Amino acid sequence: MTTQRDTQAFLSTLDVASDQLIGPWLDEAGAKDAAARRSMEIEAKEIAGALRSALDGGADPASFQGPAWASFRQVLEALSRSRAARGQTAGDTSLFILALKKPVFDSLQNELASDTPALMGAIWAATTLIDRIAQHTVSTFQQAREDIIRRQQEELLELSTPVIKLWDGVLAVPMIGVLDSNRTQIVMETLLQQIADSESELAIIDITGVPTVDTLVAQHLLKTVSAIRLMGADCIISGIRPQIAQTIVHLGIDLQGITTKATLADALSLALQKTGWRVQRAE
Amino acid sequence: MERIPILRMGSVLLVTIQVDMQDQTAMALQEDLAEKIAKTGADGVLIDISALEIVDSFVGRMLASISGIARILSATTVVVGMQPAVAITLVELGLSLEGVRTALNVERGVRLLERSRRELDFGR
Repeated sequence: MTTQRDTQAFLSTLDVASDQLIGPWLDEAGAKDAAARRSMEIEAKEIAGALRSALDGGADPASFQGPAWASFRQVLEALSRSRAARGQTAGDTSLFILALKKPVFDSLQNELASDTPALMGAIWAATTLIDRIAQHTVSTFQQAREDIIRRQQEELLELSTPVIKLWDGVLAVPMIGVLDSNRTQIVMETLLQQIADSESELAIIDITGVPTVDTLVAQHLLKTVSAIRLMGADCIISGIRPQIAQTIVHLGIDLQGITTKATLADALSLALQKTGWRVQRAE
Repeated sequence: MERIPILRMGSVLLVTIQVDMQDQTAMALQEDLAEKIAKTGADGVLIDISALEIVDSFVGRMLASISGIARILSATTVVVGMQPAVAITLVELGLSLEGVRTALNVERGVRLLERSRRELDFGR
């Protein structure tokens, strides 16, 4: 149990020793060179200052998620983010915080050497609080990482489905990577929207970059083709490699009435023919 | 109950659906259209659904059956201007409207009708 007295002892340590605390803390944290030590010193001062003002404001170490700790938590989150941006791991950041323990324990020892129960209480209060702080930096770091991953996933989804205008009235979508229902849905939506916007009458879906075609992928493709036809445009599927052609036949997939071509170039020349163009080499 | 107007342009009947289709409206349209085709001897029906944003399976089937009825009365049906969301919904419902011709806009729909008329004439 943390009592008010323990917090007071801990607080007074920080109060009197604020400056004496920083030096041993940095020694403990083990800065590699002078520059690293300088930046650590700034961080350490900021944390010590914020911690002291939080404790001054009567923040209870037992409820770290409480509103009294809000501004201190913000300082920690900023630290965690800036360290993450510099490529440091969550472990580095939490080690840096945990390095505060030794100097705090030392100064508590000096202060309360005569009063063992008080010393034990103060040390317990300090260690729980510092553990919570370290844990908070780790979870913030993880949160930041997860945000980055989620954003990248979304960007990747959009990146992987560009709709290209190949010719007047001819659109192409080069599909790359494994096709799952999520991606096919996005491809279908962007392609249909582009068809509606540009009033193109032909769309070429190129699956050169799709490693495997199974029944599910084929079903997705069939759905896309049906939707394109419903809108009044037509569709050619190109880039079917020999192995994939064999797989399709072995699986018994029926690409009923869908025009397929081996390469994008073949598909384009068919598209030009269908839209009434004739390309001739100038003599 | 609202009735959807059927406009006549030469030998083509033009239907523009501007409201959300209720089942009753759809049934009425089907009846009106069948009568109108028989009366005018139209050989083409253009159904513009570019303003239609919501479809259900009933409306989807209605489009298919209108096309079937028109074919029996020797008229070609072209559904034009289907919104992407509507197309996706119909595909997800398993209604790919086999046998219904589609076009991107009214202009292309008219051209498609002209072409099919020429083919018919040629066949005669």
